[in-house]
Amino acid sequence: MDLFYITSFVLSIISASTPLLLAASGELITERSGTLNLGVEGMMLIGAIAGFATAHDTGSALLGVLAAAAAGIAISLIFAVLTQTFLANQIAAGLALTIFGHGFAALLGAGYVGIAAPTLPKLAFPLLSKIPFFGPVLFNQNILIYFSFAILACISWFLRKTHAGLILRAVGDNHDAAHAMGYAVLKIRYGAIAFGGGMAGIAGAYLSLYYSPLWSQDLASGRGWIALALVVFSAWRPYWLLAGAYLFGGITYLSLYLQGLGVLIPAPLISALPYFGTIIVLVLISRDRRRTRLNQPACLGKSFHAVV
Amino acid sequence: MDSTTPPPTAAPASDPLLILRGIVKQFPGCLANDHVDLTVGRHEIHALLGENGAGKSTLVKIIYGVMKPDAGTITWDGKIVTIANPAQARALGIGMVFQHFSLFEALTVAENIALGLNNPEDRVGLYDRIVDISTRYGLPLDPKRAVHDLSVGERQRIEIVRCLLQNPKLLIMDEPTSVLTPQEVQKLFGTLRRLAAEGCSILYISHKLEEIRALCERATIMRLGKVTAHCIPSEKTARELAELMISAKLKTQNFGARAVSSHAPRLVLDRLTIRSNQPFGTDLKDISFAVAPGEILGIAGIAGNGQTELMEALSGEIPAGSPKNILLDGIEIGHEGPMARRKRGCCALPEERNGHGAVGGMTLSENGFLSANMRGALQRLGLINRKRTRAFAAGVIERFDVRTTGPEAEARSLSGGNLQKFLIGREVVQQPSVLILSQPTWGVDAGAAAAIYEALVALAKGGTAIVIISQDLDEILMLCDRIAVIAAGRISPPVKVMDATIEQIGLLMGGSRHQEPEHVPA
Repeated sequence: MDLFYITSFVLSIISASTPLLLAASGELITERSGTLNLGVEGMMLIGAIAGFATAHDTGSALLGVLAAAAAGIAISLIFAVLTQTFLANQIAAGLALTIFGHGFAALLGAGYVGIAAPTLPKLAFPLLSKIPFFGPVLFNQNILIYFSFAILACISWFLRKTHAGLILRAVGDNHDAAHAMGYAVLKIRYGAIAFGGGMAGIAGAYLSLYYSPLWSQDLASGRGWIALALVVFSAWRPYWLLAGAYLFGGITYLSLYLQGLGVLIPAPLISALPYFGTIIVLVLISRDRRRTRLNQPACLGKSFHAVV
Repeated sequence: MDSTTPPPTAAPASDPLLILRGIVKQFPGCLANDHVDLTVGRHEIHALLGENGAGKSTLVKIIYGVMKPDAGTITWDGKIVTIANPAQARALGIGMVFQHFSLFEALTVAENIALGLNNPEDRVGLYDRIVDISTRYGLPLDPKRAVHDLSVGERQRIEIVRCLLQNPKLLIMDEPTSVLTPQEVQKLFGTLRRLAAEGCSILYISHKLEEIRALCERATIMRLGKVTAHCIPSEKTARELAELMISAKLKTQNFGARAVSSHAPRLVLDRLTIRSNQPFGTDLKDISFAVAPGEILGIAGIAGNGQTELMEALSGEIPAGSPKNILLDGIEIGHEGPMARRKRGCCALPEERNGHGAVGGMTLSENGFLSANMRGALQRLGLINRKRTRAFAAGVIERFDVRTTGPEAEARSLSGGNLQKFLIGREVVQQPSVLILSQPTWGVDAGAAAAIYEALVALAKGGTAIVIISQDLDEILMLCDRIAVIAAGRISPPVKVMDATIEQIGLLMGGSRHQEPEHVPA
C-alpha cells in the first residue's frame, strides 16, 4: 500500500468519525449535568435539514452550520421544558424527541430531496497543506473537523480546570446539595441541554453539507445512537470519547474496505463489525468500575424538584 | 465531656446579630415553624434544642436561605433582610454545616470546598489554606481525596473547614460532634470558643445535652414548631433540658449491669482478616471476640478505622475468608450472605439509614418486608403477603412510637430519628439471636434515643447478643456491658465498661492514629 492509499484511508476515518465526535461531545456535557437526552438522533436530523435548507436558500454553507446549531438548540429546548420545568420522564421525552425529529425533518425536507446545496469549504493552511500525508490530514480539512477537535479540548479543559465546569459536574453528581449551596440547578441544566442540542445540530449539518451532501431523511442512520453509546462507554471522559469515536469510524471504514476486497465473510457480519468492535473495546476500557463510578453523574436521568 | 461552665456573661446582648420574629413555615400537612422568635447575640454560642421534627432544621434552612418563610422578618446586623438563597446568606456572613452533608461524592475534598466559595478570590491558593485551617483547628483533611472514599467523620470535617474558610459572622452547626472522639470534641469546642471570642456567633444544634451545657451560653428550645423555652444551659441539668425539650418526663434510664449469663457465646469472631473492597478502606486484621447471650458489646473508635468493613463482615455483605471465622451459636457462617445470616437469626442494621438501611423511595411496609420476610413469615410461595406485611410495619410503628402517617409512608419522608426508630424496631421485632448495629442513635434526639436504648436492653434481657459499633462513647458507656476499641483495623481486647475510663479509651482510640498516615495531609 503506498502513501496515497494510507492518506485516503486516514482521511476517510476522520470524515466518518467527526459527526459522532461532534454529537457525543454535546451529549457529554448534557449528561455531565445529570440529564439524559436520548433525542440526539432527532436533533441531528433537524440540524441536518435546517443546515441544508439554509445553505441552499442563502448559498452559504457557513450560515447553514449556524442555522443547524440554532435549530438543534431550539428543538433541545422543547426537551428541556418538558423534563426540567414539567418534570417529564427523561427517557420518554428523549425517545419522543427522536421520533419527532425524524418526522419533522422529513416534512421540512420534502422539497429539498434530490437537489444540491453548497458544501462546506476546506480550510487549507498555506504551505503546510502541501506536506505529503500530514498536509492533507492535518492542514487541509473541512472547518468542522478542526472545530470538533478544538471543542473537545475546550470541553476537557472546561470540566477539569474551570469553576464553571466544577459546578456543572456538581449539579450532575448531587443536585440537592448543589441547590442547597445556592446553585441554579435548572438553569445550568437548560444550558447543558442547549449545548448538547447545538452540537447535535452541527453534527447534522456536517452530514448534510459535507459527508453526504444531499438531503435524505435517513441521513443520520443511527449515528445519534452510536454517539449516545460512546458517551456511556467512554465513562464520561472527553479523550476516551475521542478514542471511541475514531475507533468506530475506523472500523466502519475498514469493514467497507473489506467488503470491497471481496473477503469471504458474509456481508452482514462485516457490516456489524464496527458495532461489535466498538462495544468490545469500550467495555474493556470501562472495566474499571471504580473509575466509572467516579465519573458517572450520580443524578443522571433524575428529575430535580426543589422544595422552596 | 467538658465539665467547665462557660463564663457567666450570658445575658442577651443589647445589639444582637440576628433577630427572627414570627417566622412561619407551612408544609403540606405540617406547620413546621409556628411564629418562631430567635435572637442570637454577637460573640455568642447559642443552642437550638428540640426533638426531631420540632422544626429546627426548617428554621436554620430559612436563615441560610434554602427555604423562604411564609411570614416573619429576619433582622441581620440591625437591618431587615430577605435572604433569597444560600449565596446571599454566605455573602452576609452566614455559614452552615448541614446535618445531612451536602457533599458531592464524585468530587475531591478541595473541589467540594471550592463549590462553597462564591468569591473567586477565596479560591486562590485553596489547597494550602485547606491544609492550614484543617491543621490549625485539628480537622485533618487531604484536599486531593475523593469524597466517596471518606468516612462520615471525615466528611463532616470538610463541611466545617468549608465554613471556616469563609470567615463567617454566624456559623450554624447542625449536630457537629456526633462522629468525633472526646478529644476531638474538646478540640472543636476550643475552636468554637475561639471563633466566638474572635467575633463569630455560633448557632449550635445538638441533641447531646451535656455538650450544650458545656459549650453554649444561651439556649432556645423548640417543640412541635414552636419556641417553648429560653434558658441558660449551664444552670440546668441535662435531665431538665431534656424534659423541656420533650414535654413528657423522661423515663428513668437504668441500664445498670444485667446478669450476663455464662452460657456459650452466641457470636464468635475468630481471627477475622479481611481486605477492604474500598480503594482507601481499612483492612481488618485478626479480629477476635465473643459475645454471650444477653450481652451488649460496644465497639468504639474514630471514623474510618475499619468500622465500615467490620459492619459489612458481620452483616455478611463481605463474606469472611473462611466459614470458621464467624460462628453463630457454634455454626460456621463466615461464608454466608446477609439473607442466609438473617434466616439463622443474625440481623444487622448499617449506619447509613437512607439508601443502605432502608430504600428511601419504598414504603415502610416494603422496607419491613425486605428485612423481615423470612423471620416475620411475610411471604408465602414466593408472593408477598400484603396483609401480614402491613400489620408487621404497623406493629413496629405502634410499638416504637414512629411518627409517620402510616405503613404506606415513604421511608424518606420520615425524619432521621423516626426512620431510625422504625428500622431498629424492624430488627428487634424479629427477635434475632444476634443483633449488630452501627451508629444506632446518630442524629437521633434524646427522646428517640432513650426509646431505642430501652428496646435494646429489653432485647438483651431476652437472651440476644448485641454488638453496637458506635463513635458515641457516652452511648457505649451507658448501654454496653463490655467495650472494645477498633483502631487501624485491629481491635483491642474487650473490657468491662465499669472498669474503663473515658480517658483510657480515648487514648486507645487516639494513640492508634499515629499509625494512620492516610488521615494526615501530605
